[in-house]
Amino acid sequence: MNGVTVSAKVNGDAVQYVCPADESLLDVLRNRLNLTGVKEGCGTGDCGACSITLDGRLVCACLVLGAEAEGREIGTVEGLSEGGQLHPLQEAFIEKAALQCGICTPGFLVAAKSLLERNPNPSEEEIRYALAGNLCRCTGYDKIVRAVQSAAKMMRRGKKSAR
Amino acid sequence: MRFESPTTTKAAATLLGSESGVAHVLAGGTDLLVRMKMGAIEPDLIVDIKRIESLRTLKVAAAGVQIGAAVPAVRLGESDKLRSLWPGVVEAANLIGSDQIQGRCTVVGNLCNASPAADSVPALIAAGAKALIVGPKGKRRVAVEKVVLGPGRTSLARDEFIEAVVLPARTGKSADAYLRFTPRTEMDIAVVSAAVNLTLSRGVVQSAKVVLGAVAPTAVIVPAAAKALIGTKLDDAALDKMVAACRAACNPIDDKRGTIEYRTKVAGVMARRAALSAYERAGGSK
Repeated sequence: MNGVTVSAKVNGDAVQYVCPADESLLDVLRNRLNLTGVKEGCGTGDCGACSITLDGRLVCACLVLGAEAEGREIGTVEGLSEGGQLHPLQEAFIEKAALQCGICTPGFLVAAKSLLERNPNPSEEEIRYALAGNLCRCTGYDKIVRAVQSAAKMMRRGKKSAR
Repeated sequence: MRFESPTTTKAAATLLGSESGVAHVLAGGTDLLVRMKMGAIEPDLIVDIKRIESLRTLKVAAAGVQIGAAVPAVRLGESDKLRSLWPGVVEAANLIGSDQIQGRCTVVGNLCNASPAADSVPALIAAGAKALIVGPKGKRRVAVEKVVLGPGRTSLARDEFIEAVVLPARTGKSADAYLRFTPRTEMDIAVVSAAVNLTLSRGVVQSAKVVLGAVAPTAVIVPAAAKALIGTKLDDAALDKMVAACRAACNPIDDKRGTIEYRTKVAGVMARRAALSAYERAGGSK
């Protein structure tokens, strides 16, 4: 095996791993770093179940090589909660029952967080476009969209009261 | 498989040139990694070009635009200046895949993947874009339409790669537009597409370029369609003539996503709408 040694940051923590040159970052996260929140659906960038952020950009972990991540900052669903406190999006997904089997949920959460960072008050249409790269085969999308709207509202309120 | 991430174009060219096995350039990876996963290719060497500073650069000015080969498509839409200079190129690049794909995919990758349905390619050709090609013998600059030879085939030598595409200076009242037809609104591949680039003077078209996508093995430039628009204010007669020229230039495949007859008809519809959009953006009014 031609191993590649990589140092990166995952959810703010420094990590080091050795992986074959052709191993995806998805497999690295799941199998070497035990971050199984990131899911494999299609493995070809169509379903968004493996959505993560790479240096702040939303990407599919299945379309990134582990070897590429040297020096990069990776964000996964495991980084959403802070100090045991669920992220407003996670709260809203529970509250609005925006999941059934749950396989797509981490990807939706990471993608929705990325959207709300860029646009704290998205319209329903903007939410649906932004989440077009995430597929759900159980609940349909309506409850997911409602949950994102609800979380966005909570987060806007939170920001106001923090001031 | 070996993985290399050089920091200069020269080092990248040397790596590609000295590899005896199968070498591939990695930029966004949204096509390459899928082909690897499917087993369609088994590279011996992957050269990641994203650590080359100059390739990550997006230079935007009225005097010219340079889009580095490692610039993800999302960055094009983030530039207000680029959106106002080349709205058609930006809308084409931003139609590729989802937000997740946008964060990785590049227009140079879209070009080198050489799909007949590539979204950014007709818009780049209509814009008069040039590809800056690097190889062990130095650099050369060729028109984007000379890069793609057919589905999955390019004119690049095995030790060459594209470092950037360059858009020419913008003069006068000019604008471009790109439209595609897909059965779904998102996450789909063009059944037919059209790009139109216009320059106006007092509302009259001075120069035009009309390019169709997904209706032939490569994007098709339709000089007769451009000719039909020049000297007009896009009156119905001119548009009808342009539509007829576009339909005559189609040589599409016949498959479940669109029959030959359907693609040929819709090519005219897309071109008409794209022309009207470009005309309006350039400040023309009817």
